[in-house]
Amino acid sequence: MATVETNAASSAVHVEEHDHHEELSFLRKYVFSEDHKTIAKQYMFSGIFWAIIGASLSVLFRLQLGFPNMTLEWLRPILGGWIDESGKLDKEFYLAMVTMHGTIMVFFVLTAGLSGTFSNFLIPLQVGARDMASGFLNMLSYWFFFISSVLMFSSLFIETGPASGGWVIYPPLSALPQAMSGSGLGMTLWLMSMAIFIVSQLLGGINYITTVINLRTRGMSFSKMPLTIWAFLLTAILGLISFPVLLSAALLLIFDRSMGTSFYLSEIYIGGEALPNIGGSPILFQHLFWFLGHPEVYIVLLPALGITSEIIATNSRKPIFGYRAMIASMIGIAFLAFIVWAHHMFVTGMNPFLGSIFMFLTLIIAVPSAVKAFNYITTLWRGNIVFTPAMLFSIGLVSFFISGGLTGIILGNSALDIQLHDTYFVVAHFHLVMGAASAFGFLAGVYHWFPKFFGRMMNSTLGHIHFWLTFVGIYLVFFPMHYIGIAGFPRRYYSFTTYEAFRTFGDLNMFVSIAAIFTFTAQFIFLFNFFYSIFKGRKASLNPWRSNTLEWTTPLHPGHGNWPGEIPPVYRWAYDYSKPGATDDFIPQNVPYSQTPESNLPHENALIAIEKEIEAQNYNDQFKQPH
Amino acid sequence: MVYIVGLLSLVFLVLAILVLTRLTSVLKGVNTDATTEESIGSSVNNRINGFLFLAFFVVGLIAAGWSFIHASQFFLPEASSPHGRHTDSLFWLTMTIITIAFVVTNALLFYFAFKYQYRKNHRATYYPENHKLELIWTVIPAIVMALLVFTGWRAWRDITKEAPENALAIEIVGKQFNWEMRYPGVDNDKLGNYNYKLIDAANSLGIDLEDETSFDDVTVSSEMHIPVNRPVLLKIRAKDVLHSVFIPHMRVKMDAVPGMPTRFWFIADKTTEQMRNETGNQNFKYEIACTEVCGQGHFSMRTTLVVEDEDAYNKWMAEQKPWLTKNPDYLARVPEKLKAKAAKYIPATPAETPADSTAAPAEGAGATTSASLR
Repeated sequence: MATVETNAASSAVHVEEHDHHEELSFLRKYVFSEDHKTIAKQYMFSGIFWAIIGASLSVLFRLQLGFPNMTLEWLRPILGGWIDESGKLDKEFYLAMVTMHGTIMVFFVLTAGLSGTFSNFLIPLQVGARDMASGFLNMLSYWFFFISSVLMFSSLFIETGPASGGWVIYPPLSALPQAMSGSGLGMTLWLMSMAIFIVSQLLGGINYITTVINLRTRGMSFSKMPLTIWAFLLTAILGLISFPVLLSAALLLIFDRSMGTSFYLSEIYIGGEALPNIGGSPILFQHLFWFLGHPEVYIVLLPALGITSEIIATNSRKPIFGYRAMIASMIGIAFLAFIVWAHHMFVTGMNPFLGSIFMFLTLIIAVPSAVKAFNYITTLWRGNIVFTPAMLFSIGLVSFFISGGLTGIILGNSALDIQLHDTYFVVAHFHLVMGAASAFGFLAGVYHWFPKFFGRMMNSTLGHIHFWLTFVGIYLVFFPMHYIGIAGFPRRYYSFTTYEAFRTFGDLNMFVSIAAIFTFTAQFIFLFNFFYSIFKGRKASLNPWRSNTLEWTTPLHPGHGNWPGEIPPVYRWAYDYSKPGATDDFIPQNVPYSQTPESNLPHENALIAIEKEIEAQNYNDQFKQPH
Repeated sequence: MVYIVGLLSLVFLVLAILVLTRLTSVLKGVNTDATTEESIGSSVNNRINGFLFLAFFVVGLIAAGWSFIHASQFFLPEASSPHGRHTDSLFWLTMTIITIAFVVTNALLFYFAFKYQYRKNHRATYYPENHKLELIWTVIPAIVMALLVFTGWRAWRDITKEAPENALAIEIVGKQFNWEMRYPGVDNDKLGNYNYKLIDAANSLGIDLEDETSFDDVTVSSEMHIPVNRPVLLKIRAKDVLHSVFIPHMRVKMDAVPGMPTRFWFIADKTTEQMRNETGNQNFKYEIACTEVCGQGHFSMRTTLVVEDEDAYNKWMAEQKPWLTKNPDYLARVPEKLKAKAAKYIPATPAETPADSTAAPAEGAGATTSASLR
C-alpha cells in the first residue's frame, strides 16, 4: 500500500518527539497499567474467568433440574454443607446458584467482559487515538471492577451463602435476612460489589464517550466511523444514563436493610412479628431496577452487534448493507431501550394503563431490530464469504438474535405475557437473544482480534469445531426450553414434582441438562485454543483478515501510543470491500481517494480536494500536545 | 417424550459426525496449505462450513418440527376461562407469524452463507444500500407489529377492566410458603377490613374485628373453591415477601405485593369434573402456584382449586364455619356496640373462658391505619 510508505516516511520525522518515555516498571506495565490494550486484556481474562464460574454454576443447577433424583454426594468435597443429608442440593443454595449465575453472566461477563474488553481495545485503535482520553481513569475503572469481583467472589464462600433472591434482587425478599439466609451477609456483599461495579462502569463509560468524541484521528468523522465504534459509543451512553439509577436503587435497598427506612417495605409480617415499616413500595424498586435492567439488555447486546457488523462485512468481502440504517436502528434501539422497562412488570400489579403504553413502546423495538437482522442477511447476499471462526460465530449470533428476538414479540405483548411471565419461555427467550447472542459476540471478537491482542493466530480448525459444537449445543438447550415454557413451567423452581401440571417434561428437562453439559464441555476447546495460541500460535501477519479498519495499520505488537509515527489520517468509510475497479477487494480507511482513481465513485472524486485539509489537522494527537 | 429425546439425540449424533468428518479433512488441509491467509478462503474448509450451515438448517428444521409435535401433547390443555382462550388464540396467531419469520430469515441466512461462500478470483457485489428495500422491510414489520399490538391491547384492556358487579370476591394471601384464602361469608357479600398489625398465630390474615362485615368471613388454607361461570375477583395480597398467584389452566397470573393489594378477575367455565372427563385423567385438579421467587419453598406453594357448579359451591360454602366461630376468643376484640351482632357467630358453649380471651388478643393499636379491602 502506498500509504504505508507515506506513514513510514513521516514517522521518521516525529519519532524523536516521544521517545523520552522511560521504561515502566513491571507493576505499572502489566498490573496497574494505563495502556488501553493491557486493560482490555485484563478485562478479557477476568471475563473469561467469570464465564467459567457462571457456566459451572448453571451446570450444577441443571443437574438438579435434569436429574432431580440423582444423589450429588460426590459434590460434597466442593460444596460441603450445601449438599443436604439426603445427598441432594440444598434448596436455598439452588436459588443462590441461580442468582449468582444471572448476576455473574449479566454484569461480570457480558457487561464488563464484553464491553470492557472490546471498547477498551478497539476504540483507540479504530478511531485512531494514542490511548483512552484518561488512562488513569481507565486503570481505576478496571481496578474498581476487580474489587467488585473480589467481593462478589468472596460471597460464594460465606456460610450463609451468596445472595439468593434472583439476579433482580426484588425486595422485600432481598431486604429481610429473616426471609432467606442469602439475604443476610450474602446480599450485603452483593450490594457492595454492585455499587463498586457501577463506579467502574461509569468511569469506563465516561472514558469511552470522551475518547470517541474527542480523540478521533484526522478525517474520522462520525459518518466514517466503523459500526463497532458506534455500538460502543451508544452502549457507553446507555450505561452512563442507566447505571446511576441502579446505584440509587441499590442505595435505597441498603438504607432499608441497615438503617430502618421504608422505601421498599410496607405492611410486612414475617418471622412471627409485624415490622414497623409502612408506606414503602416494592414496585418502586422494580421500576428503578428495570430502568437499568432493560437498557442493560442492550448494553450487553449492542457491542456484540457492533462486533458482528464489522466481522460480517470483512468476511463477506462486502460493505455492510445500509450503514446509515444500521446507525439509525442502533440509535433507535438505544433510545427505545429507556422507555420500555416496565414490560418486565406487566403482572406486578402496576396500573394496567401503563401496561398498554409499555406494550406499544416495546413492540416498536421490533422494527429497528428487524432492520438490523435484514441488513446482516443482505450483507451476506452475493458476498464472497470466508468462514473464519469469527465469521461463523457472527452468523450464529445473527441466527440467535432472530430466533430469540422473535419470541420477544410474544412476551412484549402484555395480554400474552400474563401466562408466560416468569416461565421458562422467558428464560429461553433472553438466553438466546441476550445471553447466547452476546456470548457469541464476545467469542467472535476474541477470534477476530486475537492477532491484534497477541500477535498470533488462533487455530481455525479448533475454532470451527468449537463453533459447531457450541452453536448446535445452544440450540439444543434453549429451543426445547420454549416447550417447557409454553407448558407453563415457572422459573426458579427447585423441582417440579409438587405439581401435577408441571410433572410432564421430565425427560425434556433431562435432555436440556445433557445438552447444557455438552455445550459447557465444548468450551474447553476454546480455552485450550486460546491459551495455547497465546504462546504457541502461528505468528500473525499485519492484516490477516484483509480488513479496512485502522487497527490493522498498527505494528504487530502495538506499543505505547499504538502507532510508531504519526496516526494515519482517514479518508473513507470502513466498508470499501470489493469496490468495482479496485485492484484488491479491500481499501483500508487510510488510503486517500487520490490514490484510487480507478475505483472512486463520482461524489468521491470531489472529496479528493479536501484531503490536504484532513492531513493538516492534527490537534487530536496526544503525543503532539505539550506535556 | 422418549421420541423427542431420541430424535434430538439423533440430531446430536449426525452433527457430531459431520463435524468429525470435517475435522479429518481439514486436518489434511492444515498440513498441506493452511500456512497463508489466502488459503483460509480457498481450502476445503469453506465448503464444509457452508454445507454445514445448510445441513444444520434442514436437520434443525425437521428436528424442531418433529419435537414440537411431540412436545405439544404436554402443553397445557385449552384454557378453562374465556379470557384465557382469547389470549391462547392470540398466542398461537403470534406464534404462527413469528414461526414464518423465523423460518424465512434463518433460511435466507443459512442459504446465503452456503451459496455465497468464497470462490477464488470472484468478487463480491458492491451493494452498500438500497433505500427502497430498507423502506419495505421497515414498513412491513411496523404494520405487522401494529396489528399485533392492537389485538393484544384489546385483549389486555378487557382482561384488566373492572370486575363485573356480581363477581365473587375472594381474598388470596401469599406467605412463605403457602396460600390462604378468605371468603366474604354467607351473611353479607363483603370482605371485612384487615390490618397486618393484627396478625398473630390464630388471626393469620389480620382480620379486623372492628369491622362488622368481617364477622362472617371464612378462611380456608387447604383448597380454593369457586363456582363455575361466575366472575371471580381475586383480591391478592402478600404477608411477607413478593409472591405471584399463578393458575395455569385459567391463564391467571398476578403478583402478590406486601403493602399493595392487587387484583385479577376471571371466569372459570369448566368445572373440575368436566376437565376430568375431557382430559381422561380422573385425578385432575386445577392448581395454584407461585411464580415470584419467595424463598426456599417457592417451588412448593401448591394449592388446589376446585371449580364446581353453583349448587355444590353453595353447599360447600354453607359447611364452612366463619373464622370468628372457630376463634371465639376474639370476641373480646369486637367493639362493645357490635358485640351483640358478633354474638350470633359464637358457638353456644365457648371453648375457653372469657378471662383467657381478653389476654390473647393484646395489641390492636395499629388498627387505625387499617387498610380497607372493600
